[in-house]
Amino acid sequence: MANKSREKFDNNVVEWVDSRLPIFTMMQKEYGVFPTPRNFNWFWNFGAIAMFMLITMIVTGIVLAMHYTADTKLAFDSVERIMRDVNGGWLVRYIHMNGASFFFIAVYIHIFRGMYYGSYKGPRELLWILGVVIFLLMMATAFIGYVLPWGQMSLWGATVITNLFSAIPFVGESIVTLLWGGFAIDNPTLTRFFALHFLLPFVILAVVMLHVWALHVTGSNNPLGLEPKSKKDTLPFHPYYTSKDFFGMIIFIIFYAVFIFYMPDSLGHPDNYIPANPLVTPPHIVPEWYFLPFYAILRAVTFNMNIYMLAGIAALALFMVEFIWRHKPKYLSVPIGGVLFILGGALALFGLLADINQDWEIPFSAATAAPVSAKLGGVMAMFGSIGLLVILPWLDNHPIRSARFRPLFRISIIIFTISVFILGYAGSQAADKVYFMEFNNTMLAQIFTGFYFLFFFVILPLLSRFEKGRELPKSIHQAVLSKKQGA
Amino acid sequence: MFVRNILSAIIISLAPISMASTALAAGGDTPPIPTQDWSFSGAFGTYDKAALQRGYKIYREVCASCHSMKYVRFRNLDALGYSQDQIKAIAAQYSVMDGPDEEGEMFERAAIPSDAFISPFPNENAAKSANGGAYPPDLSLITKARANGSNYVHALLTGYKDNLPHGQILSDGQYWNTYFPGNKLAMAPPLSDGSVSYEDDNTLETLDQYAKDISHFLTWAADPYMEERKRTGFKVLLFLILFAGVMYGVKRRIWSDLH
Repeated sequence: MANKSREKFDNNVVEWVDSRLPIFTMMQKEYGVFPTPRNFNWFWNFGAIAMFMLITMIVTGIVLAMHYTADTKLAFDSVERIMRDVNGGWLVRYIHMNGASFFFIAVYIHIFRGMYYGSYKGPRELLWILGVVIFLLMMATAFIGYVLPWGQMSLWGATVITNLFSAIPFVGESIVTLLWGGFAIDNPTLTRFFALHFLLPFVILAVVMLHVWALHVTGSNNPLGLEPKSKKDTLPFHPYYTSKDFFGMIIFIIFYAVFIFYMPDSLGHPDNYIPANPLVTPPHIVPEWYFLPFYAILRAVTFNMNIYMLAGIAALALFMVEFIWRHKPKYLSVPIGGVLFILGGALALFGLLADINQDWEIPFSAATAAPVSAKLGGVMAMFGSIGLLVILPWLDNHPIRSARFRPLFRISIIIFTISVFILGYAGSQAADKVYFMEFNNTMLAQIFTGFYFLFFFVILPLLSRFEKGRELPKSIHQAVLSKKQGA
Repeated sequence: MFVRNILSAIIISLAPISMASTALAAGGDTPPIPTQDWSFSGAFGTYDKAALQRGYKIYREVCASCHSMKYVRFRNLDALGYSQDQIKAIAAQYSVMDGPDEEGEMFERAAIPSDAFISPFPNENAAKSANGGAYPPDLSLITKARANGSNYVHALLTGYKDNLPHGQILSDGQYWNTYFPGNKLAMAPPLSDGSVSYEDDNTLETLDQYAKDISHFLTWAADPYMEERKRTGFKVLLFLILFAGVMYGVKRRIWSDLH
């Protein structure tokens, strides 16, 4: 067994434990001498920072749960009691409240790093997919957590989001009833949300463990995207990266502390300091900032999808798979591909026009005949925009990982990142806000939603197929040394 | 002080984020809310006890006839600079329903410092029916529950207009207010020059001053730990910055054999 290769510890107590349960050996192997690429930049700090945030959220969350009352009549008061009468309660709550935002900041940077440096590519696909699962669980947990203080945005945010599920055909209404625990958002909703908000962080922790386990099988990616080839390419995790992670974490905590102590309510919505009232709808229902890009995508789909559009999109997708994604078409010949491309594009465009001009007398184009309503389309687009990250390793199958050696990919992902910020802005504004002439916020969201999907389903496969990329250095240590000599 | 300058720089560099989020929340067709000069703004701002006491006097004499402040307790008034005896005396002016006693009867008694401020109406419906259907909101959290709350309260109280914009009609019990979203407010102008008399003669008894003082008091009520929060924050940031410096040195030292 593993014990055979175990080295003895000098300390008798440690040795006694380790010979029975080799936990010290494991820690030594995974966090002591663990070979880590020597060329990490500061982006690689955010995994450790996200872990720190998860633990911070769990610890403060448990303290808050000791004082919180999950009852629609008492929840708001109990939060105010924490803020006013519990010793240090204001501090614990502000750490937790702003912690959600900073957890997302860390995770978004972590995801960006993964995309920019191609960390999702083989052999790290499963590591990436586990990360997407963590992200989805985080979103669910954060949404549910925002409901607990039972302010106006809690109630109305919950109303908007839970109602989305009613768009799902056949089972939607039952799912909504199950989420609500009744026929409206009420006490049973709050109590089950509290139970889930307590449970989910531990599920996240479990998936994080799998994520870290998978990481320690493949080893870390690095800014060059090259696999370490020799000992010269790596450093032991301790003390090199323990010291670097620790320093980066403190810098991150400084920014976090500025929010906790000097602008604790700036990331929340003022309406959540008004007790929930089912009879008064706030003028603008806005989710927390970290959901805004996805909220914009949800609201961007204002049109039904009739069968012409679906058929057109299916034809185009088939074309993409056969002629772009596969480097050689497997089932179709080139002329058929051309027909598929032109026909698909024409059908999709025709379907869209038929949808806009409802007075056209075309079979199956009426709103009632559309298989995907605008609401369902919006829900599919929103969940799809996150779900597609699961297949990202296969959408982008370019052999080079790092954007450093793929100039076109680099430009694309920078534009993509900016467009996500613009989507976030669109999500924060009223749908009918006019920017100039006829151009309103919905159109802004539609353009950038279109680009979002275009990036994943068209640009990435095209780049994987046609981008040549720059010449890669021979090894990590060579690149590091030549850079140093050049400087 | 050098460290203070660094802290202020960090805070100022992050301020646009907080402003952006308040701008998000605003909207509507009301003009931008004018910013007042508050003693509590900024990274080292503190409450002005004299202003808090004046604000409390306005709340007690004017606002409290319609608005509750149920999250504030009499004992919290020590933050305004009142002694324990003064707080007891203030509380004793109010009576609360308590009970049941040993015979099962409810009874009235004088309020004590641990009681919350007494609400003017027994419940929301009573408040509505006494105010023409409009509910006077609880004021304990009002400056947090409105975007740019402290300035908003001041702007609202000074924003009543007798001359309506052309074509606007008010129904009975409505008042035109420049800063209220939708402009038609069910609250009559509660304050006017000279309507509350201050004990100290150096403070102007003007609407603007009243609005500043009540807003000061309500900001404290919504955020009573602000001073402690900023003080703690200063120590925490000081520690973190020093610690970051040390850790940077440690990191440099460890990595120096590679560079």
